[in-house]
Amino acid sequence: MMNRRIKETLIKYLFFLFALVSVIVLGLIVFSLFREGLPIFQHTPVWDFLFGMEWYPTYDPPSFGIFPLIVGSVIVTLLAAVIAVPLGLLAAIYISEIAPKAVKEILKSVIELLAGLPSVVLGFFGMVVVAPWLQDTFDLPTGLNIVNASAILAIMAIPTISSISEDALYSVPREFKEASYALGATKFETIAKVIVPAALSGISTAIMLGMARAIGETMVVLMVAGGAAAIPESLFDSVRPMPASIAAEMGETPYRSPHYHALFATGMVLFFMTLAFNLIADYVSHKFKQTGSATL
Amino acid sequence: MNGKALRSNTMRWRYFKQYVFFTLVRGSAALITLALGGLIFYIVYHGISAISWEFITQPPTHAMTKGGIMPAIIGTIYLTFGAIAVGLPLGIASAIYLTEYAKQGRIVRFLKVGINCLAGVPSVVFGLFGLGFFVIFLGFGSSILAGSLTLGFLILPTIIGASEEALKAVPQTFREASLSLGVSKWQTTYRIVLPNALPGILTGSILGIGRAAGETAPIMFTAAAYFTAKLPGSVFDEVMALPYHIYVLATAGTNIEATRPIQFGTVLVLVAVVLGIDLIAIVIRGYMRRNKRW
Repeated sequence: MMNRRIKETLIKYLFFLFALVSVIVLGLIVFSLFREGLPIFQHTPVWDFLFGMEWYPTYDPPSFGIFPLIVGSVIVTLLAAVIAVPLGLLAAIYISEIAPKAVKEILKSVIELLAGLPSVVLGFFGMVVVAPWLQDTFDLPTGLNIVNASAILAIMAIPTISSISEDALYSVPREFKEASYALGATKFETIAKVIVPAALSGISTAIMLGMARAIGETMVVLMVAGGAAAIPESLFDSVRPMPASIAAEMGETPYRSPHYHALFATGMVLFFMTLAFNLIADYVSHKFKQTGSATL
Repeated sequence: MNGKALRSNTMRWRYFKQYVFFTLVRGSAALITLALGGLIFYIVYHGISAISWEFITQPPTHAMTKGGIMPAIIGTIYLTFGAIAVGLPLGIASAIYLTEYAKQGRIVRFLKVGINCLAGVPSVVFGLFGLGFFVIFLGFGSSILAGSLTLGFLILPTIIGASEEALKAVPQTFREASLSLGVSKWQTTYRIVLPNALPGILTGSILGIGRAAGETAPIMFTAAAYFTAKLPGSVFDEVMALPYHIYVLATAGTNIEATRPIQFGTVLVLVAVVLGIDLIAIVIRGYMRRNKRW
């Protein structure tokens, strides 16, 4: 009997170790980024790195200011959110509140398949289809620009926003809706004034996670954003978001050169930005846990 | 104007608002469906003419302007199976701890935040991690091994999530019945809970596996070769991979316009593989939900 208890305890701790792997990997990611990224700060001070306006990594002397890259990332992400949040949220409302059962199942599969589309395929589509169209229609020097990248990123963010919002809407207690109908509210009024507000924490989480996905997405911005490392003046300008810079330049830079370290440091900045999005999303979903009918 | 007419006017206005809103909502859903449908149609329409037996079974020739994509298909298969070998056991074991063993509290909360954060790490940062840790620090070089490990950890959170859901769906009474017979916790988990959860775990994980097959950024610096005619001989060899092949041909090929048909063909093969995998999972899951035994 004692033997069995020891065995059971050992198994429990073994599984605990397995569960710890995710956290360990997260630690190793931070370790690798710091190990390969920190040396750049001997070359360029942190402030100049983050807020320097010039990214000329191959000039002599090189200059490593990633501010234009940060601006590029932020602007495509915000514009993508402007497109993806309404579409994703409305689709979630349709799925959870309005659609007939058969349509609902189909639409859920559609969104899952959309989430499964490889990013390189969407990037390719942006290059081959959207870019020439934008160029011709608006008479631009290039169709590889902010608008194009944001539109494609929005397609990638919609599944995240929609599926998490739908879960939140779905778990709003039935009694809430019934009470609202009983007061004579229309379906629209019930959705707008009861269901959506009740699911707001889940919806905010969905939006944060969707934006985290967009800001970290690489292939789309690499292939479609155009690659100009300058502060854009219009939405039809090219930008070079952080992931694009890392992916495009890492292959060509000598091992452990300042440029190499600068790219890892850019990865650090990107990592901490997405980490912040994720932690905020986690905080919101736990702090403002949806009220069930029992807690009223 | 009397009260009745006023009331009916406000009613009309309220229903008009509802009508506008419903139209918007339906429009959004239609637009998303149309986007997916249009994309797939466009890819099939342009890619189908490139597909032939030779395209799938021959290596590229003439500096990748002619020939097939066989090494890239093989490479993607290797990397995907490598990622499964890393991610699936670890993911299932993590989920078993979280659902069967852990008591809700600080430790579980800590583990879950860690898993959520790992799920949010950008794919290019995974690539940097793979490069910095597996390729350089552990000295694996750019190889199948380094790429599989990177992809395996990338899909780990998806597999944990899917497994947790499947384990939670096994009724508590199954566990209680087993424990009441004097069976130990581990035996209950291994013999009762896991077999009942396994179909759910696998279908849920397939969606993560599709992701591993389609990712580009994590393998760019850890496994993918621009061109290798020979097939890999060991896990320390570089491989070609479908997603990276598309990227290379579309942006840095010797003749981008002339290789468009090959690009579309490769895109079609990749989409067919990834969405095929996903679709199978979705259909099996739907079937299982309809035929639930408990």
